[in-house]
Amino acid sequence: MAIFINENTKILIQGFTGRIGTFHAQEMIDYGTNVVGGVTPGKGGTEHLGRPVFNTVKGAVAETGAEVSIVFVPPPFAADAIMEAADAGIKYCTCITDGIPAQDMIRVKRYMRRYKKENRMRLAGPNCAGTISPGRAMLGIMPGHIYDQGRIGVIGRSGTLGYEAAEQLKELGLGISTSVGIGGDPINGSSFRDILEEFENDPETDVVLMIGEIGGPQEAEAAEYARDHMKKPVVAYIAGLSAPKGRRMGHAGAIVTSYGEAAAEKVEILRAAGVTIAPTPADMGSTVAEVVSKLKSAA
Amino acid sequence: MDIHEYQAKELLSKFGVPIPRGGLAYSPEQATYRANEIGGNAWVVKAQIHAGARGKAGGVKICRSDEEIWSAADGMLGKKLVTIQTGPQGKLVSRLYVEEATNIDKEFYLSLTMDRGKERIAVVASAAGGMDIEEISAKDPDSIMTVIVDPAVGMQGFQAREIAFGLGIEPELVNKFERTILGCYRAFRDLDATMVEINPLVITKEGGVVALDAKMSFDDNALFRRPQISELRDKSQEDSRETYASDRGLSYVGLEGDIGCIVNGAGLAMATLDMIKVSGGQPANFLDIGGGASPERVQKSFRAVLRDDNVKAILVNVFAGINRCDWVAKGVVLAIQELEVKRPVIVRLAGTNVEEGRKIIAESGLNLETAENLRDAAEKAVAAAKQTPAAA
Repeated sequence: MAIFINENTKILIQGFTGRIGTFHAQEMIDYGTNVVGGVTPGKGGTEHLGRPVFNTVKGAVAETGAEVSIVFVPPPFAADAIMEAADAGIKYCTCITDGIPAQDMIRVKRYMRRYKKENRMRLAGPNCAGTISPGRAMLGIMPGHIYDQGRIGVIGRSGTLGYEAAEQLKELGLGISTSVGIGGDPINGSSFRDILEEFENDPETDVVLMIGEIGGPQEAEAAEYARDHMKKPVVAYIAGLSAPKGRRMGHAGAIVTSYGEAAAEKVEILRAAGVTIAPTPADMGSTVAEVVSKLKSAA
Repeated sequence: MDIHEYQAKELLSKFGVPIPRGGLAYSPEQATYRANEIGGNAWVVKAQIHAGARGKAGGVKICRSDEEIWSAADGMLGKKLVTIQTGPQGKLVSRLYVEEATNIDKEFYLSLTMDRGKERIAVVASAAGGMDIEEISAKDPDSIMTVIVDPAVGMQGFQAREIAFGLGIEPELVNKFERTILGCYRAFRDLDATMVEINPLVITKEGGVVALDAKMSFDDNALFRRPQISELRDKSQEDSRETYASDRGLSYVGLEGDIGCIVNGAGLAMATLDMIKVSGGQPANFLDIGGGASPERVQKSFRAVLRDDNVKAILVNVFAGINRCDWVAKGVVLAIQELEVKRPVIVRLAGTNVEEGRKIIAESGLNLETAENLRDAAEKAVAAAKQTPAAA
């Protein structure tokens, strides 16, 4: 099953004909992803990369039956594109765009609440590398070949640190069911907690690796969820142990402004909730491997 | 992006927030001239820097004559003011704000921030004005009131009145208080702020409401649509290493150590700093080269890192996804040749075409060392920094 996407998922590309959209759409198609078309307002009726282009997401959904979309639209227009996807009945959307104003994201989150929970789109990102179910479908900008198919679920804020984890897992012979980027922005579509819930319910995932960082309350919220609602083991690494308070470390959301947002504090909260901590970024893979072998010997 | 107090006050007053009369001065002459313009018999001379806690550090002085204004201004201008928020290096004072003195009756705390848990704008107030919010949370947490704003309709009058009545404001002043809070909210929303802090917001003995101090920060991601805010940037208040890097599109944060870092991706960059610390070293900087890691960006990154004289060794850590390692390696070699980098450079490459990339580094004949993985890279960088004498 994996989560959110597999080889059959019909995928739409928003910002299809732009330079970045074109490049990554081709990579996704080459990976074997079922890209059914794209949206670029004003270019409807044409064809791009052998797929139809539509003016609106609604039109594309009606024609192709797409359920998932990926957004490559530039920052000033990205919030609009996400809301358009939500309104058109897209079920899962990932937004790659980096640089969306925080108040635009506040509006997006408020807008999505208009829909009943069962009809509400799930958004991942923005400012992330996307989602990949290795061997099945790639919805993002990651190098697909570094991911092996397997039974570890991965959730992370950062793109390249997620690649680092995928490579460490691969070297230890461990594969990934799905890897979900939730992005480095202060206001994002899905939290660690939201994705943990999906992995807990996924029969093809055994262990979840979450890669957090400084800033915001989402890791602490995830710790509580893992403690109270999860049977599957969770491993975590939190980046930014050496980050000074009050400084923004690259990501718009990577800044410590209040108690509980520093890496050391998050590590304590997670550990107290029974989450296994990878002590350094070089130990993400080996820590997961230990947890997996314990799981096997217990079975 | 941060701005000065006088700029924040000017912006807020356009949204109906009452502020004391005041004027900007770049010299003691201008400071006394401003005071005479304002009139009255007592003034406050305030150093304009991008940091708080100025009062205790001598950056805010009450004056009652031209002579006092002159000597206060002369004492502050051109000097570095060190407060508990600036760090030991302090911040340069090149502008002063001269304000009429206010007869304070009561002081309150008011701030607006992005509540990341609620994903909405939060308005926070307390009757314990004058203290910073960390201090209030520690000493008098029950005095803090929080109101969350629904973005669909914006802040409502009743929410501002709830705060006013909650703070125990006299009924005849509640209207003024409400207008002030709503003005701050509209400024926050319309200017894409990430923080508005009025501390203290005061009630004067004459029965007025005045924002005595004001701080605002803005969302860097929204500056594309706020050119009037971009204009307020004061580069003299920033770390010169960071200004250099940000002007070149690099994300850089200056730190105190001696290992320069060049990494692609913010998360991997933070993790690299962590790994250096775990291995017994101290990073000199955070630097995310961003997507692409093109030879041009690699070269810019080397320039930015080398501006820091404390750097004894440089660690390059690139996980090449879409771009290939051999291409990144060529960029690194080219940058080192062109910039004549003498300090040891440790290069860790991972991802697509990693073997070809490592070969290029190894065969370059330069003072370059390749690393197998993250741990190896950090350990080698720490060892190299320890062996290198401090740069001249």
